[in-house]
Amino acid sequence: MTAPRFGPGDRVRVKRWDPPGHVRTPFYVRGHVGEVVTVVGPMPDPEQMAYGRTDAPPVVVYRVRFRRRELWPEDADPHEDTVVVDLGETWLEPAGTGEEARAA
Amino acid sequence: MGGLPAGPVERHEHEPLPWEKKVDAILRLLVGKGVMTLDELRRGIEELGPGAYDELSYFERWISSIANVLLEKGVVTPRELGEAMERVRARRAAAEALR
Amino acid sequence: MRGHDHRPKQPDLEDLPYTWHMALTDALADLLMAKGIFGADELRATLETIDQATPAQGTRLVARAWVDPAFRARLLEDVNAAAAELGIDAGAIPIRAVADTPEVHNVVVCTLCSCYPRFLLGPPPDWYKQRAYRSRVVREPRAVLAEFGLVLPDEIRIEVHDSTAELRYMVLPMRPEGTAHMDEEALAALVTRDCLIGTALPRAPQRA
Repeated sequence: MTAPRFGPGDRVRVKRWDPPGHVRTPFYVRGHVGEVVTVVGPMPDPEQMAYGRTDAPPVVVYRVRFRRRELWPEDADPHEDTVVVDLGETWLEPAGTGEEARAA
Repeated sequence: MGGLPAGPVERHEHEPLPWEKKVDAILRLLVGKGVMTLDELRRGIEELGPGAYDELSYFERWISSIANVLLEKGVVTPRELGEAMERVRARRAAAEALR
Repeated sequence: MRGHDHRPKQPDLEDLPYTWHMALTDALADLLMAKGIFGADELRATLETIDQATPAQGTRLVARAWVDPAFRARLLEDVNAAAAELGIDAGAIPIRAVADTPEVHNVVVCTLCSCYPRFLLGPPPDWYKQRAYRSRVVREPRAVLAEFGLVLPDEIRIEVHDSTAELRYMVLPMRPEGTAHMDEEALAALVTRDCLIGTALPRAPQRA
């Protein structure tokens, strides 16, 4: 049930959801492609914990790295800086190969 | 708010005040005892609305959220809080009169 | 907070107006104790624990990691367990250390709220909790670090860690050049709180 769907090096796209309620996926990565750095493992689901449902099933959390220039292509700064965000598996889908993702 | 435009980082700092530490302690005890979760604290802060960020200080947002979550869960009632706030204000006034 | 005043003060008396939120805090504490949810002794002990967490606990970990490669490896594996080896209680929330290298400089933020390894390092600085730092450091890290007086070479990649889950982050900076002669205590003194967040670098002392 909580076997990780992704592994280190996998490219993942963050879902472009915008539900009401408490979620822990920052807006600035939604719809963007990143690379899994590490699989943190199953953790309590904040989207359920926020409503006191402490017995809800856990969610696999990943550390996902994004290129700042991919998140904000309109910015002039040419540096290859990166952001690593901790994201739950429910918010992630496969993003294909690196070449496809970069070309997109 | 990640990535949104904002002004320069203001570097001023303050040592936590005793009442702010007390808010922190109350939260740690409630989370440690399973009465509420950190995610409930965060949801409660979000539900204070966008104005709360500018109108309230950091620990004012915390204690407001804690109180609302405890009210929601029925751990405390508005009447109990009203009475208790009256008592602590009277205690404070009496202590100040002795200074 | 302690001690410069001549006249003894009760710990909960401040020279500040007693606000609605302060009254709510005291009232909630009283009510929760009256209901037996926690005891006065537990509240007191928790307040003491809060006072014990300071950046000095983090700087000790960094200095030990600089002098002991095996400890460094364990620190990068599990900060809470490594801290326990030094008798430091880092709390129940897992803390990860992110190590600077000659190629990568790490910076920590929480864009969603203000998550910070407070059980280890004490409360975060005010600027860490403010909108400006949280909004900008992910998008323009170099401009933000420059405001802190930290300008990094172009070839160093800045990696910003956004604490969006129940993990907390501290930076393990690199040991500065010219510190080979220094002992662990002296090394720890080179590390500031901001070095543990990534908005500063440890500096070797100037030679006399």
